[in-house]
Amino acid sequence: MCRPVSVLRLATASWICKGKVMKTHELPVDLTDEQIEEFGRELDAIRDEVFDSRGERDRTYILNVIRTQRTLAVSARFVIYLSLFFIPAWGHVLAYWPVMLTILALGTAMLGIAKILENMEIAHNVLHAQWDWMKDPEIQSNTWEWDTMSPSDRWMHSHNVVHHTWTNVLEKDLDVGYGIMRVTPMQKWKPAFLLQPVYFILLMLLFEEGVALHEQAIDDHLKGKNKFSDFKPLLKRIGYKIWRQVAKDYIAWPLAAALVAVPISFFVDFSPLAVFGIVAGANAVANIIRNIWAFVIIFCGHFPAGAHNFTLKQVEGETRARWYLRQLLGSCNIEGGKLFHILSGNLSHQIEHHLFPDMCSNRYKEVAPRVRALADRYGLPYNSAPLYRQFGTTWLNNLRLAFPGGGEPYDHRTERAVL
Amino acid sequence: MNDAAEAEYGTSPSIWTRLTTLTDYFAWPLRTSHYLELVNPLWTTHKLQARVVKVWDETQDARTLTLRPGMNWRGHRAGQHVRVGIPANGKHYTRTYTISSPPERSDDCFTITVKAIDKGTISHHIVRNIKVGDYLPIGLPQGDFYLPDAQPIEPLFITAGSGITPAFSMISSLIAQGRLPDTCHLHYAPHEFDVVLGKQLREMDQQQNRYHLHLLYTREGQDVHFSAEQLDALCPDWKQRDVYACGPPSLLEAIETCFEEAGCSRNLHIERFRAPFTEIPADAVGGKVRFAQSDVDTEGDSETPLLRVAEEAGMNPPHGCRMGICHTCNTTLVSGCVRDLRTGEVLNEAGSIVQTCICAAAGDCELDL
Repeated sequence: MCRPVSVLRLATASWICKGKVMKTHELPVDLTDEQIEEFGRELDAIRDEVFDSRGERDRTYILNVIRTQRTLAVSARFVIYLSLFFIPAWGHVLAYWPVMLTILALGTAMLGIAKILENMEIAHNVLHAQWDWMKDPEIQSNTWEWDTMSPSDRWMHSHNVVHHTWTNVLEKDLDVGYGIMRVTPMQKWKPAFLLQPVYFILLMLLFEEGVALHEQAIDDHLKGKNKFSDFKPLLKRIGYKIWRQVAKDYIAWPLAAALVAVPISFFVDFSPLAVFGIVAGANAVANIIRNIWAFVIIFCGHFPAGAHNFTLKQVEGETRARWYLRQLLGSCNIEGGKLFHILSGNLSHQIEHHLFPDMCSNRYKEVAPRVRALADRYGLPYNSAPLYRQFGTTWLNNLRLAFPGGGEPYDHRTERAVL
Repeated sequence: MNDAAEAEYGTSPSIWTRLTTLTDYFAWPLRTSHYLELVNPLWTTHKLQARVVKVWDETQDARTLTLRPGMNWRGHRAGQHVRVGIPANGKHYTRTYTISSPPERSDDCFTITVKAIDKGTISHHIVRNIKVGDYLPIGLPQGDFYLPDAQPIEPLFITAGSGITPAFSMISSLIAQGRLPDTCHLHYAPHEFDVVLGKQLREMDQQQNRYHLHLLYTREGQDVHFSAEQLDALCPDWKQRDVYACGPPSLLEAIETCFEEAGCSRNLHIERFRAPFTEIPADAVGGKVRFAQSDVDTEGDSETPLLRVAEEAGMNPPHGCRMGICHTCNTTLVSGCVRDLRTGEVLNEAGSIVQTCICAAAGDCELDL
């Protein structure tokens, strides 16, 4: 296929001209510049092939996921309501706490899963513009708003622009430790990191709130780099989103149940206030289920043992091929079944997601074996392991790096494959 | 929503609007309508959809779809057109079709008649693949090609091919109202067997004694293309009539010239169909670039990303990674052609999304920036 020379590749041309066996990069791999460029071209070819073949089945997939998620979400709300009819105060044969709590737990779990599906497989990927190619006005990255406290456009900036462009580059990628943790020995230790196992747990439980406040401007403010008035409009925007989320989960749904419970409470001895508490509590638990799951999957993306971090110097004058290589070295996959991949928003294919952030998520599982084979052929690591290994090493890393030291950055050259 | 509704209609919001404003608190960040859609797609208010209730093949390459529109539909005027969203090969395309049924139809449905044109992927898709039970997103009826409310002066319709659709809607509307004036109709079709809506036209011609139909077959031997002499022969009083014309550009041009020469252009009403695609220039060397919102005109070559072109013109459009991954720079193509520098793919459909950081001009183009 004849293709015009891309601007992105113009920069590479000069490297190739200087000679075939040259190594001017400082990435931790034993590949010449030429080999890296070839590696990049092969990834481009995979990308182009998949992008050209997108069609009806992909559209059917995302429409089905969206319909399933919405049905699950609304059913979950009503299963939670249903559980209220099994409170012992009703006095009918099935009115026992165990029955009530079982139904309540079912509803809560359904709501948690609906939120996970919405945040991870739908919204995260829609906001990556993975589905923009369909030109469906309902499923566009610039109009989609998601079911979490972070406004989608703010998140798109800190995630798509900052994190995906500067993946794992210290000083640039705010996701390296989220400004509160030391996730690589390359970060300088300071006493505040002693508490990072506590932050780890807190962030896991309050991940939604954490993401909403995960802003460069706020991080800068904490370091005293800007004034409060600089980001007040930003806080207002985030505040509105948080208010609507709170209004839904902790006011609207519980209040509707409590209002219905008021007349009923004249006949059934149960306080409407307790009804409010049960519904609001169930919603809170559903949000926390989603928080923990999202946290676990996302932390397994770049923090397990073996993931590389980079210095600004290493990415100077980076070509697209080297950017690909950095994404591969800095990301980790999680192995699991089909349902696991869907519930993780296909972020279990983190490597593929970082190589091709705007490829529709249902295709990652198809390109994964090809990317893995390609990495093998070039003697490059491909960090893929089950959830317990990825999350286990993330947690151990977190404990170890709370203290000074922690060793040199992992060096791939020590276990080089023969090309 | 409340404010928007008020601004749009200049009235206080209806009870329904007030109610959904309240229920939207339960549905946030979606709207109540998104959940109603799960039950019945025709109940939505966040978008308008129509259900295909009948498909009818008019000729071997033309099909009439009968559509039942959703709740927020408003009636059309005979001759108006409607935008229809068509999913084909996973992508959503928008096309405009004239409504071929009269507004007087009793079952709240309307019809569009689509002819599969050469190279028209979407019209082929409609004619071959759309089936009963499908839901299609639609717009509201639009267009100013319709009959006046007052009794029209004796009309003359000149149509060709699928240009019959607005005329058919107008004539059947007048018949349904029982006030059809003396009407002359010249319709051009390639052959006798592929007259779109031919059966209904011939029936009307038989039943209505004020309706005079002249079917002209352009590919059956004789030269019967439009000319002033032909008009004189078939409709001698054409200069006194209100003329409604719809058809391919060549026919409309001939009609316009003819009426200008006769000095009665103001009797002439024309409906044109605009092509949704811009022709791809063969050499694709770049061209004039226009940023519509900023009202900036400049030049762009075939290798410089449009983002750089905009920046060099003194603008500061949104951007992020500058390598085509973050989609912060997405904008809409108003008209013209651009090329994706990564794949070489040319985007030439108005309304396409353009990533300015990796797209360059391929000929003239206009962006919504």
